[in-house]
Amino acid sequence: MTTQKSVQVTVDPRVQQAWEVLSTVLDPEVPALSVRDLGIVRDVLIDERGMEIILTPTYSGCPATEVIEQDVLAAIAAAGLGAARVTLRRAPAWTTDWISEDGKRKLFDYGIAPPGPVLDGGAVPIRFMARQASGHANADRLICPQCKSQNTERLSAFGATACKAMYRCLACKEPFEHFKPI
Amino acid sequence: MTASIQIQRTPDVQYLLRIGDTCLILGQRLAEWCGHGPALEEDIAVTNMALDLVGQARALLTHAGQLSVQKLDEDQLAFLRDERDFFNVTMVELPGGPKDSDHGDFAFTVLRNAMVATLLKLLWERLIESTDAEVAGIAGKAVKEARYHQQHAADWVVRLGDGTPESRRRMEAAVEKLWRYSEEWFEADAVDEHAHATGLGPRWADLREVWTSETNAILEDATLVAPPASPFRSTGKNGLHSEHMGHLLATMQSLQRTFPGGVW
Repeated sequence: MTTQKSVQVTVDPRVQQAWEVLSTVLDPEVPALSVRDLGIVRDVLIDERGMEIILTPTYSGCPATEVIEQDVLAAIAAAGLGAARVTLRRAPAWTTDWISEDGKRKLFDYGIAPPGPVLDGGAVPIRFMARQASGHANADRLICPQCKSQNTERLSAFGATACKAMYRCLACKEPFEHFKPI
Repeated sequence: MTASIQIQRTPDVQYLLRIGDTCLILGQRLAEWCGHGPALEEDIAVTNMALDLVGQARALLTHAGQLSVQKLDEDQLAFLRDERDFFNVTMVELPGGPKDSDHGDFAFTVLRNAMVATLLKLLWERLIESTDAEVAGIAGKAVKEARYHQQHAADWVVRLGDGTPESRRRMEAAVEKLWRYSEEWFEADAVDEHAHATGLGPRWADLREVWTSETNAILEDATLVAPPASPFRSTGKNGLHSEHMGHLLATMQSLQRTFPGGVW
């Protein structure tokens, strides 16, 4: 039997601390979710220049991206974790599949119907989203976050932010938002 | 007024600006609907799409600027270029907003959106394979957005085309006005050849067949018919624009030209 030298993998404790801090940075548009729940923090690295946080933006035109960058840096600074910078990584593209299960539950509790799994884009027909059929192919029969009824319909493919669509519940008559699978 | 910048027309930069400028100028046109949509949902939808398009433009302009000889940034490219240094397709600069009822209307806007979103979706799908990793990354994100745009616009083309006599009349007029402006998109040229040869992106001419088949499917559902091919050729892709472009730029650029470097 040979003696194996134990391999010590040293993880800088600041990395773990940073991940914990990032759990407290909320999405400015959907404050039910942290940036970790949202799945946009892809990595935390340390090099001689300090800490590098890799973020993947959600939508190309999302105005929250810049606010999130600032919030992340402010939180890292407040935690005393030293010099830090944010790097945006576009590929692979962010998908709602990266929202954690916990995050999806938080969305639902917050009143936003969470996204279902993203289907292969090629499988989506060019058109056409019938108004009365409960939504589009990716997410038929959404459950109303208020009364849990499945008797819901889409009002508009776009909502107050690029990531959401508007629905309404035909049982409790309340409108609600749906985080679109993308 | 801040002096204009001139860009050197390298094929890579011009190829990327054709797409980036098309996104930017359509985004500017769609933003004109803000507060004027025919229904609140559509007001929100159109401005959401404008936001996506401007976001895509920012990414492409930033990258094209880094590839440019002078290392320009996105703001310099958007706000300090003159008309002939913009390479968007002519169709997107045509007026058709709520205050341009002589030129267009909501039918015109949704048909243009459907036609352009189909083109952009097909481009992004192929740009995912670009040898330029940054372009591939931008495309991976943008293609998902373009699919939504195409779906939403096609939905409206069908609803209006196969709708009331009035909505149909307007949609037919929009087809008549817009269709010939798609001819320039698929003209082969050296810029496209270069992009194809280097693996930067597809020749737009290679997309003609699939674009025609997708848009014909939409028209068919809308009980509309595409006009026969036209000999008319617009030339926006090469920097020669319609009379509307200067007016659009005057509005879009006035703030940065008046207050150079101004930020919120």
